[in-house]
Amino acid sequence: MGKVIAKEVSIAIAEAVAQCKVDVISAYPITPQTHIVEHLAELVNNGELDAEYIPVESEHAAMSACIGASATGVRTFTSTSSQGLLLMYENLFIASAFRLPVVMVIANRSISAPISIWNDHSDVMTMRDSGWIQTFAENGQEAVDLVYHAYRVAEKALFPVALNIDGFTLSHVIEPIELLDQELVDKYVPPLRMKYKLDPKKPISMGAIGVPEIYTEAKKAQDKALKASYRIIMNAWKEFEKLTGRRYQPIESYKMEDAEVTLIIMGSLAGTAMDAVDLLRKKGKKVGLIRIRLWRPFPLKDFLRAIGKVRAIGVVDRAVSHGSTGGPVGIEVRSALYQSNKRPKVVNFVAGLSGRDVTVEDFVELFEKTYEAISKKPRFSYEIYGVKE
Amino acid sequence: MPKDQGLVSWKELAPGMFILEPGNSVKFKTGDWRTYRPVLDKEKCIKCGMCYAICPDLCYKKDEGGYYIVNLYYCKGCGLCAKHCPKGAITMVLEED
Ligand code: SF4
Ligand code: SF4
Repeated sequence: MGKVIAKEVSIAIAEAVAQCKVDVISAYPITPQTHIVEHLAELVNNGELDAEYIPVESEHAAMSACIGASATGVRTFTSTSSQGLLLMYENLFIASAFRLPVVMVIANRSISAPISIWNDHSDVMTMRDSGWIQTFAENGQEAVDLVYHAYRVAEKALFPVALNIDGFTLSHVIEPIELLDQELVDKYVPPLRMKYKLDPKKPISMGAIGVPEIYTEAKKAQDKALKASYRIIMNAWKEFEKLTGRRYQPIESYKMEDAEVTLIIMGSLAGTAMDAVDLLRKKGKKVGLIRIRLWRPFPLKDFLRAIGKVRAIGVVDRAVSHGSTGGPVGIEVRSALYQSNKRPKVVNFVAGLSGRDVTVEDFVELFEKTYEAISKKPRFSYEIYGVKE
Repeated sequence: MPKDQGLVSWKELAPGMFILEPGNSVKFKTGDWRTYRPVLDKEKCIKCGMCYAICPDLCYKKDEGGYYIVNLYYCKGCGLCAKHCPKGAITMVLEED
């Protein structure tokens, strides 16, 4: 096993990417992602990482370069946040439709306007339907482990993977983190061999036109493949557990065995929410917490299993879906439940926008509001929580 | 029936809808949305090859007599050849006539 060392999470992520022997890194600096690619640039510059670092003029170019490089069959990495992700936008869909195993870390940050450098999930939610595999880490160790996992999964499933870490609250904190021994990484992330790639000796065409007679079939094939990547994702976590003893699942449950009320969350706020669960448990309240680690493909069965017999669910979204019936996660949860026999009450909150603190007391309040939904019909389909009236 | 509109089963597509057989665009019929068809008047033609050079779909091929003959499988009827022929030897004629 590797040594546990206190490290800034961004630096640890960069080191894990380097351990995966990435060939091409292409990125444009943007807060709060910058430390990740800065450190990778340093490693390349110091000769510690044998990779091509392409300092591009924009994120649009960063994703283009990753797509081009990946199409030739080499391992790629990029990282971005907020407006940077939006500038990549059209290329995100091409990476996934081309089935290219690009790996990207998103240090989640609000999108403008108003301009904000702070954390929420409004950036990544814009790429919800882009066909990328999308995971969310809660802490530094998980972020690093999900980097290894991302390469393993991307290259087996042939899909790009976006690993989300909360900007600042996770990207910039120092935590005790264990990087795997290089030997283990080499085993877990073996050299990339792509069956279909741009190779002058064996030419193929990428990006052909999708006339009405073929586009639908192409999309069906892509959608099926993304759903089928679930098995690859699961196997990769099982394999990881064998190697390291650390167990990861698509849905993380905390004190759910006998829970009657649960909150659902993604990302680093889960730690605070667990404190609220502990506090309420001490008072005899049967509450639990569900954290979604795998957002796309959405792990429907794991989710339905995880909610057990709860009577009410409070979904805590970190982004607004303007004019909709809920936040992105809230909509997903309601849609998932509608198809099942389980029909707990669902309330939906949007909280923690642009780095606004969501404290233990806030979570206690959210639990209380969710409790109310058992007996009273909620007056709202979603509530933007903690607004000063 | 909508399902008859599909060209090939989704199960048969290569990942990424990549085309594994290079150069197969020659099979693609670009001539089926043509409204006007170019018709050559050999009397006027001086065999200069302008039509051959200008055609965006490479429809023209030289025959033994040195005339450039259009391949209507590909000709989409854009009219560029007729427009650029220095002798006015090509006339665009409405299809179905
Ligand atoms: S451009 Fe006109 S004159 Fe020249 S080869 Fe073609 S048809 Fe003949
Ligand atoms: S009409 Fe257009 S496509 Fe047809 S032969 Fe002339 S230039 Fe080519």
